[in-house]
Amino acid sequence: MPEITIDGQKIEFNQGMTILEAARSKGGDLVPPTMCYYSKLKDTGGYCRTCIVKVEAESVKNPRALPKPVASCRTLAQDGMVVKNQTSPEVLEARAGVVEFLLINHPLDCPVCDQAGECSLQDLGYEHGKMDTRYEFKRREFEQRDIGDKIKLHMNRCILCYRCVKTAEQITDGRVHGVCSRGDVAEISTYIEQAIDNDFSGNVIDVCPVGALTDKTFRFKNRVWFTKPVDAHRECPKCSGKVRLWYKGEDILRVTARKDQYGEVEEWICNECRFEKKKTADWVIEGPSKVDKHSVISANHYLAPEMKNDLSMLILNPDAGNNPGSSPFSKEQE
Amino acid sequence: MKEGKKILLEHIDVPGIEKIETFRACGGYQSVEKALTSMTEAEVVHEVITSGLRGRGGAGFQTGTKWNFLAKPEGVPRYLVCNADESEPGTFKDRYLMEKIPHLLIEGMIVSSYALGVNKAYIYIRGEYFYLYKILEKAIEEAYKAGWLGQNILNTKYNLDLYMHIGAGAYICGEETALLESLEGKRGNPRIKPPFPAVAGLYGCPTVVNNVETIAAVPYIVNHGGENYASFGTEKSTGTKLISASGHINKPGVYEIELGLPVEEFIYSDSYCGGIRNGNELKAVVAGGSSVPILPKHLILQTPDGQPRLMSYESLSEGGFAAGTMLGSGGFIVMDETASIVMNLHTFARFYHHESCGQCSPCREGTGWMEKILHKILDGHGTLADIDLLWDIQSKIEGKTICALGDAAAWPVASAIRHFRSEFEAYIKDPMAINKISHYNEKYKIAGTAI
Repeated sequence: MPEITIDGQKIEFNQGMTILEAARSKGGDLVPPTMCYYSKLKDTGGYCRTCIVKVEAESVKNPRALPKPVASCRTLAQDGMVVKNQTSPEVLEARAGVVEFLLINHPLDCPVCDQAGECSLQDLGYEHGKMDTRYEFKRREFEQRDIGDKIKLHMNRCILCYRCVKTAEQITDGRVHGVCSRGDVAEISTYIEQAIDNDFSGNVIDVCPVGALTDKTFRFKNRVWFTKPVDAHRECPKCSGKVRLWYKGEDILRVTARKDQYGEVEEWICNECRFEKKKTADWVIEGPSKVDKHSVISANHYLAPEMKNDLSMLILNPDAGNNPGSSPFSKEQE
Repeated sequence: MKEGKKILLEHIDVPGIEKIETFRACGGYQSVEKALTSMTEAEVVHEVITSGLRGRGGAGFQTGTKWNFLAKPEGVPRYLVCNADESEPGTFKDRYLMEKIPHLLIEGMIVSSYALGVNKAYIYIRGEYFYLYKILEKAIEEAYKAGWLGQNILNTKYNLDLYMHIGAGAYICGEETALLESLEGKRGNPRIKPPFPAVAGLYGCPTVVNNVETIAAVPYIVNHGGENYASFGTEKSTGTKLISASGHINKPGVYEIELGLPVEEFIYSDSYCGGIRNGNELKAVVAGGSSVPILPKHLILQTPDGQPRLMSYESLSEGGFAAGTMLGSGGFIVMDETASIVMNLHTFARFYHHESCGQCSPCREGTGWMEKILHKILDGHGTLADIDLLWDIQSKIEGKTICALGDAAAWPVASAIRHFRSEFEAYIKDPMAINKISHYNEKYKIAGTAI
């Protein structure tokens, strides 16, 4: 079996896998973060550049280093390839640059954003970004728009990952939305303001890594970390019917597809399951969901333990030095 | 003084050369006769390899090698696409060639298509060249009538159809994969490589994309042989190249030079640029279209080790990015002592910001950011830290994007700061000083009050 070395660890892979897929087959810290790649869809990836890695040796046959960092989601793994991800300062520097680029025009309105708590950009920013911004100009602004009666498009937050475009292309019949304009004013758009009207359109909400596409039936209802995810299923003629219900007390606040540890949908669900079935009686409950993706929903581990002590006091809570009990991390410090 | 060899522009001044009869009388379409009746496809490719012809669009890749890479699976059509989306600022050589001598391009397309086993070829021309589209359409019509295109050309079994396609004015559509997307009727976004067009290009079929000037050089190579072509120019840069000279020189225009001509001679000789206007001092040169690094006088005239700098791929890039540049597409922009590098850079940055396709994040966000910072400096609100910030941003764009537009946007910024940092500092410290240069003073009323 061919073998690739990522961050010093040898991984066996199947011919035809990308560097990212090989890394994910092993798991752990050597997996590059992704924003636009989506394993459940074809032809995604390559746009956001967060998954870039350094190739130190291309293959057994051709052991030269590649001059530029490559997008691991789009580069095929080869036998004898040596890749550096976390262990290359150059990669980390470049990745920090990408995070900065993604954030300079992002509104950073996490406090009012429904995605907060399960947002890939939030995670990425905490893990690879800097503490402050060097951008001093007006951020670009778009009008909020409705895509159909159930989906809200908040273009200001969009990072143009193209996932929703690919979803619309690949799992719904007849794409009715795409990208208009170019450069930094490019925007996701339904052609001629036409509403998306088909049974699987709601999946664009799940694939969106940020809060650009949100569920209007859940909008402003609650913070995701106060809701409790429960796996459930039902007999659905259109889709698999396997969903995740998000409870607050007795009420189901929203229904989403189940997501794996990389925040990717396991099976697509139809709009009926997603938007119409919000009573416990509609579902067969399987049990509490395990949320693998490390984000604020599952754990409070944005900061490394040694950083929490000083940074949380300095930045997140200036008074913490005088009154340790008021720190957001006080529980863990005890 | 000796005139350099003219290959492409030899008959450019013959009256009526745009008509097929005149072109034919000057020896036009001979290469088609020769190739189709007496050479195999492989022999034509072999001649192009021997000639050492390099792509004239900017990257300078060996054309013969590119042709050799073309995959040839059974039962799958292959395509030749001519890239006439000439949009690099400072480059206008293809326009001149297509306007004056359109049949040369068509002749080149026929011979190249024959060599590659292509039966459908396309010319992708930028939308702003609509008048050239009409000229070329007329020429193609004439060629069809005369039997150079269509079924059974010259009574051989070879068929070729040639189509024109007009772009809609996007710089990015000059990038070969974005061009193919646009040609297929999609949004002009560059594709992620691999696969390269030689394997999966237009409609997923093997495709060769070549610049107008590259294709126009093929008839000569077929007529006179690759070795003859390689006898001109230098060892690694064979043949001739069209240079679009512009800026503060006495004689701007398109010149055909034998590669290996000293830069100093090109700028100061009366056969070419004719020296700097008003007898001014040379300040800087952008040697290959706006995206290549700008070089100050002492580095453009001489290489870092003191040799005279020549107009060739290898001599211009001597010194790497620290002290060299690239021949690129041959857009030779000359600036005299009155030019402001800061203003010039802002113009370039604005261009790349406007033309970024928005697909990958470093280019989409970074180009706009750099332009905003430069605008701020121009408005007189810059700080010295902005120079370092600019440097940092360009280093995070370069080499991290899908296509070369990111690099093209980063290099001018990097080189301007590398070679002219003091000018940025001076501008930031005293923005009013720019008003002392009369031609800027008339155009912009800059410092003090923001415009």
